[in-house]
Amino acid sequence: MTAERTVGDLALARARWGWTEIAFWLFAVASIFLFSDRYLILTEMAWLGLFALSLDLILGYAGIVSLGHAAFFGVGAYSAGLLAVHGIIKEPVLALLVAGLAAMVLGFVTSFLVIRGSELSQLMVTLGIALLLRELANKFSNITGGFDGLQGISIDPILGLFAFDLYGKTGYIYCLVVLFVLFLLARRIVNSPFGLSLRAIRNNPLRAAAIGIPVNRRLIAIYTISAFYAGIAGALFTQTTALASLDVFSFERSADLLLVLVIGGTGYLYGGLIGAVVFRILQDVFSSWTPQFWQFWIGLVLVLIVLIGRDRMYRGVLWLPRYLFQLFRKAHAKPAVSDGGAP
Amino acid sequence: MTSLFTILFDGVAYGMLLFVLACGLAVTLGLMNFVNLAHGAFAMAGGYICAVLVNNSGVPFFVALPIAFVASALIGLVMEQSLYKHLYHRSPLDQVLFTIGLVFMSVTAVDYIMGSSQIFIHLPDVLQGQVNLFGIGVGRYRLMIIVICGLLTLGLQLILAKTRFGSRLRAAVDDPRAASGLGINVPQVFALTFAFGSGLAGLGGALGAEVLGLDPYFPLKFMIYFLIVVTVGGSSTITGPFLASLLLGIADVAGKYYVPKLGAFVIYTVMIVILIWKPNGLFGRTAAR
Amino acid sequence: MFIRTKTALRLAIGAALASAVAFTAAQAQDTVKIGLIVPMTGGQASTGKQLDNAVKLYMQQHGDTVAGKKIEVILKDDAALPDNTKRLAQELIVNDKVNIIAGFGVTPAALAAAPLATQAKVPEVVMVAGTSIITEKSPYIVRTSFTLPQSAAIMGDWAAKNGIKKVATLTSDYAPGNDALKFFKDHFTAGGGQIVEEVKTPLANPDFAPFLQRMKDAKPDAIFIFVPAGQGGNLMKQYAERGLDKSGIKVIGTGDVMDDDLLNGMGDAVLGAVTAHNYSAAHPSQMNKDFVAAYKKAYNARPGFVAVFGYDGMHLIYEALKKTGGKADGDSLIAAMKGMSWESPRGPISIDPETRDIVQNIYMRKVEKKDGELWNVEFETFKDVKDPGKAKK
Repeated sequence: MTAERTVGDLALARARWGWTEIAFWLFAVASIFLFSDRYLILTEMAWLGLFALSLDLILGYAGIVSLGHAAFFGVGAYSAGLLAVHGIIKEPVLALLVAGLAAMVLGFVTSFLVIRGSELSQLMVTLGIALLLRELANKFSNITGGFDGLQGISIDPILGLFAFDLYGKTGYIYCLVVLFVLFLLARRIVNSPFGLSLRAIRNNPLRAAAIGIPVNRRLIAIYTISAFYAGIAGALFTQTTALASLDVFSFERSADLLLVLVIGGTGYLYGGLIGAVVFRILQDVFSSWTPQFWQFWIGLVLVLIVLIGRDRMYRGVLWLPRYLFQLFRKAHAKPAVSDGGAP
Repeated sequence: MTSLFTILFDGVAYGMLLFVLACGLAVTLGLMNFVNLAHGAFAMAGGYICAVLVNNSGVPFFVALPIAFVASALIGLVMEQSLYKHLYHRSPLDQVLFTIGLVFMSVTAVDYIMGSSQIFIHLPDVLQGQVNLFGIGVGRYRLMIIVICGLLTLGLQLILAKTRFGSRLRAAVDDPRAASGLGINVPQVFALTFAFGSGLAGLGGALGAEVLGLDPYFPLKFMIYFLIVVTVGGSSTITGPFLASLLLGIADVAGKYYVPKLGAFVIYTVMIVILIWKPNGLFGRTAAR
Repeated sequence: MFIRTKTALRLAIGAALASAVAFTAAQAQDTVKIGLIVPMTGGQASTGKQLDNAVKLYMQQHGDTVAGKKIEVILKDDAALPDNTKRLAQELIVNDKVNIIAGFGVTPAALAAAPLATQAKVPEVVMVAGTSIITEKSPYIVRTSFTLPQSAAIMGDWAAKNGIKKVATLTSDYAPGNDALKFFKDHFTAGGGQIVEEVKTPLANPDFAPFLQRMKDAKPDAIFIFVPAGQGGNLMKQYAERGLDKSGIKVIGTGDVMDDDLLNGMGDAVLGAVTAHNYSAAHPSQMNKDFVAAYKKAYNARPGFVAVFGYDGMHLIYEALKKTGGKADGDSLIAAMKGMSWESPRGPISIDPETRDIVQNIYMRKVEKKDGELWNVEFETFKDVKDPGKAKK
């Protein structure tokens, strides 16, 4: 990035679509035809990707960490489930929006508790909220079905036209469309002046406040938006699986989410999506290979990612030939990189 | 009335146990600013080592306890030197990823070696049942926990306040850069502290097996509790986490006793309220980073 | 940052293309495939492992061919999460073309798979989950495990008849716990007993001390307990620690708390505890002795009731295939399974032709020490108990 270019130019350049992005989405569309026997896991990737995207909005763009994002996921999931069970809103798309709004309200209310405090206390307050919601859902089992989960969810055809099928094709296309629409929205948000002001806050809240950015209001806004996204992800989960049980609020779900996002990388929107794809593929491959001990290998991959370093790993995998070539050519010129421990 | 004291006693014992388990985490967090989610794995290691020694090799329980401490401390030292020390300057998210990875690996490894069922440590008869202290029924095992943990806390406090190592440690916590400028070997202080914290966790794991249960999922199950103690207490002192552990232990036990219907909510609610009131923990300062 | 975005994207696309090759499923003929979906990781892992062990043991003993068909078991881990269960079941049915799905460690998991069983007409053999309603959710569900009301109701009857007047209850606050509590309470109070204290403990609960103190303060004749598998040992240890064993308060409960798998580790605190259950490793039949010995030899551990459930589940599948002559479509299999009765390590059991639920003896057992080991010794038998949860409707 040369010095002559202004911040505005930079922001515009960042907002432009690159060929990799277009290829990514073309590939997502192609996946509908390529992997016709794996729609279910693809669907999981889609809603998990959306869920991770929602965490990226606060973590990658505003620097708010959360270990309890499952709270919003769960509220979205139960809202969608309850709307369907009681026949309040039968049409999935509308129900999806309402579920998202329900999570959004919770996000707005809890944002006041979360945005203050250090990172650690943010982690723990969000975690506490999610766990409290889980206990509440268990207590009010007459509404939520308690431990057994909400029973009798049946989802009507989307827009009254497309019914959910056993193979999960409709569900996948539905999730993909929702993901794409919300992704466009998120892309618009983070590249807007609002999004840029969030980055300023993330980098230095004091300085941001000094140049007149209303820090708290902005943080509340993005937290609320993020909750909306998470709620939609939860609702997609319930609509495609017809399930809503206590584990939607669980610590493991929030923790896995953090892993997914960190694997993919924060702060460029695609991190969550890529992380979701990678994480699910790893899980699927390892757990069909060894159903009993797959966690070990996942753990090993996580450790290696950190030790080797994400950037270096991507470089290594992608440009291995070129990398080797370079090594070969300037063997001495290469200085030892010392931020990791591995060779 | 007597049951009030029994409850208080139980709460103190539970809190003390939490403290021994979590204080290593508080130190690593405060000292190295390192988020070590794998802390529970050291506790699990201590618990399993103690269990194997007592159940399979017939080592007396009171001998097995210090062995568990030393063994976990050694494991901690090796891990620190080989892996952790390279990661102190990485982003907290990388640290989370790394330590969660370690947790997954340790959980599965223990599952592979020891099986996934819960295991129990065979206790000597001296530690079983209740004794009557001034008309209050007091569990012998919990009494022992209080005695051991109380002594440990006193010892820790003394080390921190009176010894040369303690002052080096405090200096390193306050400002690592200035401390190393003064000729304090900060990496060495880090390594020793890390090992000691892991050892304490191992001891806690061995002591806690009886009360909290021990299975391969221990590090995951109790990660939340450790984090609660550390966040509520603040990570810059030892007294903070200590008082926080006691408070949480007593609140949890008393809450469950007096209002069992809300039992599950107590600990989380207490935590959220405290953190909203004091975002850096009860005894935390605004972090000097 | 900018460069990383692009490289990461490229990597993702490459990885996805590569995985296209991996994502294919093969199909063999003349085999009967069983999709075994159990929790192999997470807090319920020991359940899944016992089940897997038992299934392997059964196949080892009885061969892997039945009625001319080769039996192939595909093991999947759902970590007790219902959304995983559902996806795995769906993939097993659609891609692997399994003929039977089996396993299911927790109720939500069994329920999640129910609509798939109906839609695809694939029998779902529930080997663990114990809530009453499960078998009503699909005509293709058969259960070889148990229902909690079976033992809880019997326990209530027995306690009322055997001189226990006042009982305090300690149960986990979730559906199975509430099931157990309800049926125990109904039967116990109907028999003239009185519940003096009722405590529900949180599901994730490390310390039972305060709840046990409440039990002690209520001064009952006995406490009735139900906690999820794995917490029983801790509960019993703390029960002894609190001196409840010395104060003459008995422990009664459903047998899952005194799981044979863990019983020995619990220590002498559990001596004298009376529970009602369908299986004890001390069951005095020859068949059980052989089973326990074979299991011990293979896995160096005493089998718990979950292992027997899995063993019986495989037996049911084998016998049904024999009966249909190898025809493995859902309707024939379910028809063959209905009403089937056989001798299991736990005693005589059968499948109720109407509800497809298990009918079995419930034994009253007391923990005793024999040859330095603890055993649940049976002393009274209630024959052919159906699920009271359904009989009511």
